[in-house]
Amino acid sequence: MDLEYGPQYDDFRAEVINFVKENENTKLTGPARSESRVAWQQKLIDHGYFARSIPKEYGGYGGDMDIIKLRIIAEEFAKSPIPKPAGGQGIQMLVPTLLSLGTEEQKQKYIKPTLRGEILWCQGYSEPNSGSDLASLQTKAELDGDEWVINGQKIWTSTAHLSQMCFILVRTEPDAPKHQGISYLLMPMDAEGIDRRPIKQMTGDSDFNELFLTDVRIPAENIVGKRGEGWKVANATLGHERGSLADPNVTQNRLNSLIDLMKSETIDGQRVIDKPIFRDRLLSIQGRLMAQQSNALRILSSQINKDQDANLAKSIVKLQGTELRHELEGLAIDAMGELGTLYEDSPHLRDEGAWQMTYMYFLGLIIGGGTNQIQKNIISERALGMPKEPKIQGA
Amino acid sequence: MYFGLSEEQKSLEENIQRFLSDNASLDIIKAVANGDEDKAKEVHKGIIELGLSGLIVPEEYGGLELNMLFATVVSAALGSGTAPVPFAGSYIMSPMAINLAGNAEQKNNWLPKIAGGEVQVGVGISEYVGAREDAGIEFTNGKVSGRSLFVIDGKGADAYILANKSGELYLIDSNNSGIEVVELTTVDKTRTSIELILNDVDAEFLEGSKDKAIIEKVLDAGRLMLAADTVGAAQVMLDKSVAYSLERKQFGRLIGSFQAVKHMCAEMAADLEPCHSMIWHAAHCQDNVPEEARLMACQTKAHISEVGKQVSKTATEVHGGMGFTDELGLHYWFKRIGLNRQLLGSPELVREEAGKLQGFDQ
Repeated sequence: MDLEYGPQYDDFRAEVINFVKENENTKLTGPARSESRVAWQQKLIDHGYFARSIPKEYGGYGGDMDIIKLRIIAEEFAKSPIPKPAGGQGIQMLVPTLLSLGTEEQKQKYIKPTLRGEILWCQGYSEPNSGSDLASLQTKAELDGDEWVINGQKIWTSTAHLSQMCFILVRTEPDAPKHQGISYLLMPMDAEGIDRRPIKQMTGDSDFNELFLTDVRIPAENIVGKRGEGWKVANATLGHERGSLADPNVTQNRLNSLIDLMKSETIDGQRVIDKPIFRDRLLSIQGRLMAQQSNALRILSSQINKDQDANLAKSIVKLQGTELRHELEGLAIDAMGELGTLYEDSPHLRDEGAWQMTYMYFLGLIIGGGTNQIQKNIISERALGMPKEPKIQGA
Repeated sequence: MYFGLSEEQKSLEENIQRFLSDNASLDIIKAVANGDEDKAKEVHKGIIELGLSGLIVPEEYGGLELNMLFATVVSAALGSGTAPVPFAGSYIMSPMAINLAGNAEQKNNWLPKIAGGEVQVGVGISEYVGAREDAGIEFTNGKVSGRSLFVIDGKGADAYILANKSGELYLIDSNNSGIEVVELTTVDKTRTSIELILNDVDAEFLEGSKDKAIIEKVLDAGRLMLAADTVGAAQVMLDKSVAYSLERKQFGRLIGSFQAVKHMCAEMAADLEPCHSMIWHAAHCQDNVPEEARLMACQTKAHISEVGKQVSKTATEVHGGMGFTDELGLHYWFKRIGLNRQLLGSPELVREEAGKLQGFDQ
């Protein structure tokens, strides 16, 4: 057991601290893709604080894959108000996919502007009748000369209203078994025939969209992997999404805010934190979080020490993290009582309504990214070696 | 950076597990539970031969001088085999108390004998954690009087270490006059428990325990041993559940192919897997990060007790009616986890302490 990063990283940390200090007052203005955002993203790449291990020729920093350096960067950025590197599905999911399975032309064309925040991506996976059973998707694409012609409907497409591109799963081999009939295409969002309708969520926001696709034509070369290999290509990226949904270090920040809240809110003049049952609930959540933080250390260690197995530890992060976060936000609402139900711009609102908003938002994350029931199937089948449900004939 | 067990720690764990599967099979556990003390003594002798009695005793007193991480590895292995032996009190808490708080003579008198497995010292500090039935001891003019409940590893012990309400520790030779030993029968028949009733009994003060940090350290260590024991036992209950679900058929299918059963197992695994990391981390803090050690020990004991309770219930349910039988014997692990949960503070008590440690009461 050795939780030290080692003295060889002292210089690197000092360098990061220095950069963070010099740039902590940077303010980004304008919407996504604005000049100042792209310039900031490029500055982070130039210093190796973002896209660190992505080769230079594709617009990355071209550094070694040193997990500890990535960790140090994340730790120092987290301590400061400095603008964080941009995220999103293009950076988290598409770039790793193209790096491992894309053609040379695709890498050259898309990775650099995606990293710089000039191209934003959305994910065209779920359909109204293909949610947990994603591989049953029916949106089809047929090759007509040198173009794919796409017809069908997608749903839960986050940020489609902001995106220039969509990585989309379509059925190209209708006669093949369901997992072998899918292809992974790259669809420009300004193509003709894309009708987008926002979905209003329980939070009141509209982060998601429905996409109606009617004779959408895109170049034949916009396919990642071969025809019929789309399921394999997509699975290479789903893992990236799941891990990013429930970072225990973010939950720690929320716990700290919850402790502050419970010290400042009062009932009959008594602080909520002094009420034994409330305090016990808080401490239970803290205990669960500490276990998840220890689990995260084990995962980090397994990335540095390649012979260390942490498969089960990894497979539970989304399930455990989203459930804990939902409960944490819910405790804050209970601590505020009636005040916790206030929303939008109501008088007496606390923290701009963030607790209610996040409470509901994390219920969305319990469902999204593979529902937590699907997560339990994955844990039991892949990590515990239990059998799949027998197939119903014709399904 | 490496977060996990070393090769040496893993091989120690395997050695103990192998010893227990060879020498403490379920039949032997059942015999011990039904009162066969000789069989328990044989297993006890075996773990002494493995060196476990001297695990944390300093080398100068004939021990292995290993740290808390090693100790939790051992405790988890003993829990996985529901080993019918004394350990947390006699081989971790008492040598730690004597080493940290005893004078040179006390250390010379006791530590080599503990390390060599010649003596067993029980530990009674329940009244420091939270006195039941107004139990407690008073020390005046070198004599101790009062009552101590749930003295860990106290049955057949050669001496006892007891705490008063302010956490000062006293060492009492079990041959001294004025001691009445009352055997307590708990649900967990793989370990013993006693009550001591003391009437003007000669006692030695462990001088160093004037500093409250000593009993806190001993208490942290004891709690981590109990938590590790629970993690080891709960892991076996999960493993047995998965194995059973892959043998047992109903409705023409393995029950492990039903989502209801799969999800029960996935939930156990999701709750339990982080507990392995948590116990290593908490032990590492005891060894190397003093400022985080106490909070981590409290939260680890509390959280793992909760997970253990849930896993032991769910695993029993996965086994259906068989889970409820003595024949299958799953209840030995269930009861082991049940006792660990209450000893040295139930989750609610320990969390209360965790809250105070963070100044929530200020």
